[in-house]
Amino acid sequence: MGAQKKGASRASEDPEELARLPLQAILLADSFTTKFRPITLERPKVLLPLVNAPMISYTLAWLESAGVEEVFVVCCAHSKQVISYLENSEWFSQPNFTVTTIESHDSVSAGDALRVIYERNVIHGDFVLISGDTVSNMSLTQVLQEHKERRKKDSNAAMTIVIKRSKPSQIIHQCQLGTDVLFMAIDPNTKQLLYYEDNADHAKGSIYIDKLLLADKSSISLHNDKQDCYIDICSPEVLSLFTDNFDYHHLRCHFLKGLLVDDIMGYKIFTHEIHSTYAARIDNFRSYDTISRDIIQRWAYPLVPDVKFFRDSSTKLERQGMYLVSELGQSRSAQIGPFTVIGNGTKIGDNTKISNSVIGDGCSIGPNVSIEGSYIWDNVTIEDGCKIRHAIVCDGVIMKSGAVLEPGVVLSFKVFLILLFLQVVIGQQFIAPSYLMVSLLQQPIKQNSDEKLEYVDNSTGNAEISSLTHALDISNGEIANQQQETQCWATSELGIGGAGYVWSICEGGHDEGWRHSVAPIPTEKLAEVIQAAEDDHDGSLPTSDSDSDEEPRDDSYFENEVEATFLRAVDENIKVENVVLEVNSLRLSYNKQTANCAGAVFYSMIKLALESPHNSAGELVQALMKVITKWKGLLKYYLSDIDEEIEVIMKFEDMCLESAKEFSPVFDKILYQLYDHTIIREEAILRWDDEKRDADASDRIFVRQAEDFIQWLREASEEEDEEE
Amino acid sequence: MAEVQALVNELATKLRKRKVEGSRETARLTAELLRTVISQQRVTSAALVEVVRDVGQQLIAANPVELAVGNIVRRVLRIIRDGDLSPEVGGLTLVSQGDDGDIVEEDDKPFLLSDAISQTILHPPSLVAQLESKPNLVCHFEGKAADKTPSSWQFKHQIIEGVNDLIEDINTCHELIADQSLELIHQNEVILTLGHSRTVKKFLYAAKEKKRSFQVYVAEGAPKHLGHVLANELTEKHLQTTVIPDSSVFAMISRVNMVIVGVHAVMANGGVIAPVGMNMVALAAKRHAVPFVVVGGTHKLCPLFPNNPEVLLNDMRCPSELLSFGDFSDCMDFSVGSGAALLHVVNPAFDYVPPELVSLFVTEIGGYHPSYIYRLISDYYSADDIVLQQKPAS
Repeated sequence: MGAQKKGASRASEDPEELARLPLQAILLADSFTTKFRPITLERPKVLLPLVNAPMISYTLAWLESAGVEEVFVVCCAHSKQVISYLENSEWFSQPNFTVTTIESHDSVSAGDALRVIYERNVIHGDFVLISGDTVSNMSLTQVLQEHKERRKKDSNAAMTIVIKRSKPSQIIHQCQLGTDVLFMAIDPNTKQLLYYEDNADHAKGSIYIDKLLLADKSSISLHNDKQDCYIDICSPEVLSLFTDNFDYHHLRCHFLKGLLVDDIMGYKIFTHEIHSTYAARIDNFRSYDTISRDIIQRWAYPLVPDVKFFRDSSTKLERQGMYLVSELGQSRSAQIGPFTVIGNGTKIGDNTKISNSVIGDGCSIGPNVSIEGSYIWDNVTIEDGCKIRHAIVCDGVIMKSGAVLEPGVVLSFKVFLILLFLQVVIGQQFIAPSYLMVSLLQQPIKQNSDEKLEYVDNSTGNAEISSLTHALDISNGEIANQQQETQCWATSELGIGGAGYVWSICEGGHDEGWRHSVAPIPTEKLAEVIQAAEDDHDGSLPTSDSDSDEEPRDDSYFENEVEATFLRAVDENIKVENVVLEVNSLRLSYNKQTANCAGAVFYSMIKLALESPHNSAGELVQALMKVITKWKGLLKYYLSDIDEEIEVIMKFEDMCLESAKEFSPVFDKILYQLYDHTIIREEAILRWDDEKRDADASDRIFVRQAEDFIQWLREASEEEDEEE
Repeated sequence: MAEVQALVNELATKLRKRKVEGSRETARLTAELLRTVISQQRVTSAALVEVVRDVGQQLIAANPVELAVGNIVRRVLRIIRDGDLSPEVGGLTLVSQGDDGDIVEEDDKPFLLSDAISQTILHPPSLVAQLESKPNLVCHFEGKAADKTPSSWQFKHQIIEGVNDLIEDINTCHELIADQSLELIHQNEVILTLGHSRTVKKFLYAAKEKKRSFQVYVAEGAPKHLGHVLANELTEKHLQTTVIPDSSVFAMISRVNMVIVGVHAVMANGGVIAPVGMNMVALAAKRHAVPFVVVGGTHKLCPLFPNNPEVLLNDMRCPSELLSFGDFSDCMDFSVGSGAALLHVVNPAFDYVPPELVSLFVTEIGGYHPSYIYRLISDYYSADDIVLQQKPAS
């Protein structure tokens, strides 16, 4: 055994110390983030399957093989599930390896969890601090040795963090694992960490380092190509530091940076770089994808599916990285492509194509399905003709025939998708747009930015699911109504009879969906970001920050999509409700406001009218009004508020200036028509006028054009007031 | 019984986690474990076969690529069956047992009997040991309390003695093989080897100690480069050593007199499973008519035929032996749209060398031609045990 061997080799140096202290580890069975929502509402992140084995089993297997003898598993969110998993697994019965669970319901951060550990007083020496979602095969011998030697020389060496090289993308400023580029300053001689910045402002393109650092050190090496593996070798003082500083929550943001800036205590942090071995932490959906692929390509050997590290499955590795079980219910005509893992008891139908994917146990996959780059968990039913690309489909999901999942979709547990619109004449099938997330649990509506952590309300999660599913089965319509009231999305978004809530992708201050999604980054996005970066360099947009200057581009994409949807609706005569659904799903995937939808829909109407044959301005107005009256319902759906109406006017104004100049002479006429058809109310027009009052002359062309009309409106309203 | 199961689990875990590797080490551990299992059992003959087979299945499942485990389990089963045969009535009881089984076993019966006869003629170690030890046992037994029937006690002791001999064989196979070195290595010859094999090392040491002077070319054995280690060790013994890259084996083979290599396993058809790169060496040797000699203990002798060996009898190791992960991630590009990585690194552990490329097998019981391997297999293994995975229908 590794532990014994190591013990033997080091016993010569300090036998008495080693005899007393077995190597301990603290495993945080919670990531204290919300990046895996909505999945983590129902199951803790550490139990999510990674290539058909729970993440925590990878971490425990590594700790065991690295010679750790005692592991304390801190369970916070969903602690019951974690504990019951561990009890049913073999981890409690390993020789020379004890696993102890520590339950803590009120810990909302890593800092809290470590404070709980400190109170228990169970850690006696140096320990390994790791999160339950880390995959590694590195050997701890060397890093422990280094840490111990440093400790002998300098008792202030509090922590050694493990890093590895990983080239970040210069374009999108994130590494392969989907985390932001990490900037580190390291003293090349002592390997001491001097500076650590994991969310630098890339728009500025510069970082600031205290010049005092340069004063003491003969040399400093600055890295942006290193990746933090989140494996830390800590001295016992780390725990007391957490207890002394009750505002330390996050291990990196607070603790590590806190120690680096604090020169009173003088604690030092060192780094250890690994080269040939593997270590990575699953932080978001992208790293889930990357690490799954690394495991399938055997970088984490021996933590690979066919080595039976965790469970007794008869998985065999075939040519081209296919991991197949021996009793596979596979049709002869099914094509299973390279780098695919298929779980026990899964059935695959005729002509189904699967590549670069992981399929869990007990799934049944119908004929003519195509699955590419996706993660299908256990007991999923996929009926014939479904197409799945780069999606995560959790346990128990049922996908009815013809459903299509675009890249980046996440379907949480037991979502039931009948993605077929029955009313649609040609039987057009539902397409789940990119980066959509669906869960049976409702998205929390508003959250304080402070309490972005999930588990306060989670204990009741399971009960809710069952009742919810029940309710959904009985009366879909009713639920749909309720949800509309609460500003959530109707279940009918998943097709008639489908069950689940659609989550909007970006909650809180999170980045755009594509950055952290399982799907590879689309080339258009990359082109866009490159463009944005170039613009920044040109200095043509000196004051705008990166967020606001990405928006207009996004807008045009969104508008084009809406326009295409609308045109198709006109061509195929699709019902208004269905168009509303499609536009809504686009709205979610692009993370837009209803006002944007209103603008975009109006934009597409004008485009349509412009394309229809017309000879004079009058005919043009007529054509537009024809379109608008026909699709009034659609437009009205989005015009529930004054702001949205103003948005439409502004949009119209913009278009008259740029893309649809033909409309500019008849601006006032159309405005009147819109008013007449009660699409735009007079308050909106007046407010628009008020807003424009202070603008400069060029912006007021249309206000002036519509002056008479506005005047008339004002008088009318004044009269009304007088009457009252 | 519980302790035995714990021991079985411990070895199975070690095998599963690849903490025990190398055929000699696994063979020794397996034999020792089976000895403990047998000594803890109170049952006899047929039941013992079942128990050993059960344990064997667990161990084989833990690491199917480590063929030595299965070999040792089969060897121990053979010892148990022999122990059952050795009393005068033994042959008859076994035949009657066969009658209880399937009709298919009808074919096996004459084979089995002829096996038993050939055993006595060919003096395999286990039987010799039994015959020698029998008188002692009987004397010993007379003084003991009679809570067990004499035959069962004696039977078990015989088996344990047999397993002990097996362990002894495994431990001493290097020396026995090395003793034959003078017959193969002649004065001023040039020997080529690939990678690092303890058997080869001992073999060369023995020749050197006996004052043969010869040169050794060591192909480094990528990706593990254990050839470097071997070269170091050989120079310590004052052997003239040259390290060459694997890729230049063909260029060097014309000046080599003999290729001597160690292997992972010898299959029933005389083909070998060997560290990766071996097939290329064997082909080069064949092209230049250089003898390709395989050295290895009989514990590497596997009664299975290689079926799709590149895939089924292979172990895909960690790609980081070839390319460090940092370099690998440098090759990854975000602009690749499909999501499937364009760069794959594959690191198979073993090569299959077909029997026609092998000139000679040197085992602790002598040198054999590949076409003779089937005889050795029928000597060492019982036909009933060749398929361990599925239990008999009974």
